[in-house]
Amino acid sequence: MYTLGPAGGAALVTGYWLAVGSGIGFALSWVLPPLVLAVVAGGVAGEWMRRVTRYRVDPERFHVRTGVVVRKRLALRRERIRSVDLTADPVLRVLGTATVRVGTGEQAGTEGTVTLWPLRRTDAEALRATLLAHAARPADGAEGADDGALARFDRRWIRFAPLSFLTPALGAAAAGGLIQVSEWFGLQEELFETIGSWFGLAPAVLVAVLMGVGLFVVGGVATVALWVEYWWNHTLDRQADGTLHVRRGLLTTRSITLEESRLRGVELVEPLTARLAGGARVDAVATGLATGEEDKTDSKTLLPVAPKELADRVAADVLREPDTSPTAAPLTGHPVAARGRRLRRALATVLVTEAVLVVLGLLLTPVLLHIAWISALVLVPLAIVLALDAYRALGHTLTERYLVARSGTVRRATVALQRRGIVGWTVRQSVFQRRAGLVTVLATTAAGSGAYAVRDAAEPDGLALADAAVPGLLRPFLVAGPASEPVSAPGPHPAGR
Amino acid sequence: MTSPLTDESPNAPLRLRPPRHAVDPRAVGWWALQWVLLTAVPVVVLVVLGLLIPPARFWLFLPAGILAVLGAAAALALPRLWFRHHRWEVTDEAVYTRTGWFFQEWRVAPLSRIQTVDTARGPLEQRFGLATLTVTTASARGAVKIEGLDAETAADLAAGLTVATQATPEDAT
Repeated sequence: MYTLGPAGGAALVTGYWLAVGSGIGFALSWVLPPLVLAVVAGGVAGEWMRRVTRYRVDPERFHVRTGVVVRKRLALRRERIRSVDLTADPVLRVLGTATVRVGTGEQAGTEGTVTLWPLRRTDAEALRATLLAHAARPADGAEGADDGALARFDRRWIRFAPLSFLTPALGAAAAGGLIQVSEWFGLQEELFETIGSWFGLAPAVLVAVLMGVGLFVVGGVATVALWVEYWWNHTLDRQADGTLHVRRGLLTTRSITLEESRLRGVELVEPLTARLAGGARVDAVATGLATGEEDKTDSKTLLPVAPKELADRVAADVLREPDTSPTAAPLTGHPVAARGRRLRRALATVLVTEAVLVVLGLLLTPVLLHIAWISALVLVPLAIVLALDAYRALGHTLTERYLVARSGTVRRATVALQRRGIVGWTVRQSVFQRRAGLVTVLATTAAGSGAYAVRDAAEPDGLALADAAVPGLLRPFLVAGPASEPVSAPGPHPAGR
Repeated sequence: MTSPLTDESPNAPLRLRPPRHAVDPRAVGWWALQWVLLTAVPVVVLVVLGLLIPPARFWLFLPAGILAVLGAAAALALPRLWFRHHRWEVTDEAVYTRTGWFFQEWRVAPLSRIQTVDTARGPLEQRFGLATLTVTTASARGAVKIEGLDAETAADLAAGLTVATQATPEDAT
């Protein structure tokens, strides 16, 4: 079945050329047999995989034997299993089967992940229940462990779907794809001629704008379609055994489980366009999510872009902070010096771009000089607005259990990280930051991206924050006093200068 | 002697004090040699090409000269600067390092969260009798690295840290 798609496409192109050369009957007789063969081979391979794959769960380990050419035996320690994800694409769903991915959350690529394909749906569900049973201890502070649904799908969220960077990207991809396909069929020149002839119908600028709009519409439709396929019927709930469970998907259904004991916090992400429309997404910050496979980035998303209030509430529910969501907590802003840094950086970027244009313009053609001043008129205000917005985003605070930090403008992210999940500190200060009295404090953690930053905080504030967040860790290395530049080493030097 | 911050001055601005120990003085030579080797390779290639291709000689010798001067300057200046700024300290509670000058970086990893302790000695480091100690935590970005340690000091530290980490039963995530 899987081979049908690509094989069919290839057959279509070959068939077209053969038919052009020597009639339709001849073309079919050449194209159909390989096609049938490919499909049958795909089916046999799937059935064979099913036959040769055996798994067994004993009290200690999860054993898998699989492989047609290379026989593989695997035994995963059950207490190491962190995630069991079920995926079923349309073909598998018709056959009542699913793909099961068992992850141990080892950092080293795909080593710790076992994929079973295909498995009967009922078997897959049962396997998941068995494998995750060891997590069946209610997490701390869980009274009435089954909190049930944390978020239910709402069709209105679809309005955020086209506001993705995917829209222009898919639009451009559609244009590229059209050109490519037309080349396969030898129609590329005709295509270009057709497009060229449109420019005769109306002013060139109008035609160009219309084509741009057209691409955006195509991209938008494609993005919405993808969104529906990914997020349709999304539900997030907490099960009785204290695992978080995400189910979603229209054609391919996905079901992702996350042990609550692996959760180290959440990240509330507001991409610029979604933020302007009042939307935000909730990502889990967790250790040992299934890694090294295709939808790695999506498996951590607990809630797709949805209204911000809802996102805050879901974040609070996920973190079991019923009163106030840490992600909505009022934050302490950062010093004005941080604004200066952002403005300078944004303007420097514009300046470099313009400088390149001007130099090239002086050397080659004055057209570039005009482009330079026109683009400067647009880019300079844009840079200033983004820089000011980035400054407004900066902030941090400490709640009873969480360190909350926010930064970013194109991708504004508010992270709420469990204070007991912090496994160390990295403090950074560039020469420029030193002059401005700022530091960037990174809390390192086993989960998510490995470190979460409090950017450009005032040096004493940032250090006090780190000191307070994990009591005792940083304290022995802190001293009171002005941040003096010369290294007046206070201690004795065992290895002399 | 540094006294750890006392509570009598809660409002005084805080800063991180430098870690107690400097790296081994031989590290200066090691860093300098690294710079020399790094720049020597392209310089030699350019010079050889310049000798072989007379018409392009000027345009090959010029970058070679510039690179050589920059490399020499880096080899002379940076290691000394780094030597003053790279410092480390291991207490009963944590590993603490400071590196860099332009981008200064302090790292702290509590012993209770340490997962692995490695020492590594590259060919150049062996020549200088140096070693690099790497301490990793469960975080993908939380590793603490101490370069330019005396090989024996590094081995002793690694042994000590391994014992200290085994003493803490947490799973360190």
